[in-house]
Amino acid sequence: MTSTSSPALEARGLVKEFRGPGGAVRAVDGLDLVIRTGEVVAFLGPNGAGKTTTIDMMLGLAEPTSGIVRVFGKEPAGAVADGQVAAVLQTGGLLRDLTVRETVELTAALFGRTRPARPFLERAGIAELAGRRVGKLSGGQQQRLRFAMALVAEPDLLLLDEPTTGMDVAGRREFWGAIRNDAAAGRTVVFATHYLDEASTYADRLVLVSHGRIVADGAAAEVMALASTDNLEDAFVALTTDERAAR
Amino acid sequence: MTSTTSTTPTTGQAGAIRTYLGLELNRLLRDRRSMLLTFLLPPLFFLIFRSSAAYQDITAGTGTNALAYVMVSMALYGALTVVTSGAAGVAAERAQGWTRQLRVTPLSPWSYVLVKVLASMTLGAVAVVLTFVVGRYGGAEMPLATWIACGLIAVCGSFVFAAFGLFMGYLLPAGNLVQVLSPIVLLLSFAGGLIVPVSADSWFAGIAPLVPTYGVAELVRAPLAGGGVPQVAVVNAVAWAAIFVAGAVWRFRRDTARM
Repeated sequence: MTSTSSPALEARGLVKEFRGPGGAVRAVDGLDLVIRTGEVVAFLGPNGAGKTTTIDMMLGLAEPTSGIVRVFGKEPAGAVADGQVAAVLQTGGLLRDLTVRETVELTAALFGRTRPARPFLERAGIAELAGRRVGKLSGGQQQRLRFAMALVAEPDLLLLDEPTTGMDVAGRREFWGAIRNDAAAGRTVVFATHYLDEASTYADRLVLVSHGRIVADGAAAEVMALASTDNLEDAFVALTTDERAAR
Repeated sequence: MTSTTSTTPTTGQAGAIRTYLGLELNRLLRDRRSMLLTFLLPPLFFLIFRSSAAYQDITAGTGTNALAYVMVSMALYGALTVVTSGAAGVAAERAQGWTRQLRVTPLSPWSYVLVKVLASMTLGAVAVVLTFVVGRYGGAEMPLATWIACGLIAVCGSFVFAAFGLFMGYLLPAGNLVQVLSPIVLLLSFAGGLIVPVSADSWFAGIAPLVPTYGVAELVRAPLAGGGVPQVAVVNAVAWAAIFVAGAVWRFRRDTARM
């Protein structure tokens, strides 16, 4: 089903404006990006840089003001309808009165998958919570559940918006272990995060976003070289505050 | 493992709807409040209103008694309450971000609405059957064909209020929406002559035919008298169904629009 010629994700001149009290606010300001299948890409940037808005457009949840976004060569909504994309959204998206197992089994059914849920619960580290109501889970456990939902969907492209928020260290490590496994099998993974160590350890490629534009794009070493530093945090601060803070 | 869609067995939209519907019914069945509404309220109302003076002068068809009239009315009232609160459940699911999550799955938003409507109407059918069972043992009498006709009309007629529940569920914030809607359905049921018949000489008689419950109430009781179907009831039911569906579609479109 996946066309091998199209990149997993493609954005050209992507712009998103919101109407604010003082006129239009540009959340995304001319973003160009191509992500090939099998890449693991981290989206980095300060709060309000436009990461979530960009992910929303990639999922077809938001309509670009101008520019185009394609997922496996299709409109995002088409790729979602074909079950090629799954996402872990930042908050919400769970029914409190369902059990963990029911939530994962339902998600599998919605994606038309018929494999048993159990192995996916195990990979997300919540097999022992299978019978528990979602409303009784801790924040970190809910995050693992969202992850299990994304796994059971078996998408070609997985979009994660700050996926490890609320997880403890062990949880994070297991999470990224599972993500790397899937990526090795050919899945494309794009995640937004605030954790720079996570990004540099687990992503092949870092995309730094500031004020709705890409200010750096490459491996961690390249990003650091761009800012003439050997510290990613310094590079992050330099690249995301430099040009516009002076305005 | 491979992660391409082409290597994984798929069941398609129909399979997804079936699984979701099963789970949705399961959810409703273990929700204590929806269970009370479904299993206790309508039979209870039957037992309360069976001795009401308002029903004493009901003229029933051959082999049919006034208790059957009470029973059929209460069965429909039960179905309307259950179906409304079931469909209005979309409000809570919107508030929890569930409908947004569903939008990043292949399930179409219309399939979601279909699941909500079918699940609530199934539960509404359970309320009808239970009221019929209590009514049967409580002295209601009518020919077999009438039992079947009234049951089917009650279940089908409850669609009007499934649409009402959906409309409210998409229009209003979750809060305690369902707790607010149940008394509203009760009020509408009184106003439309579903709980106690509207006597022709009361000032109510003039407005009752305009109330959303009036049409379905008249339709569900039509087989009892054995006569024809009153035109005004058909117009009422169809018009209110159209109004509620239009409202639900309007709010649903807004809810699922890409910003």
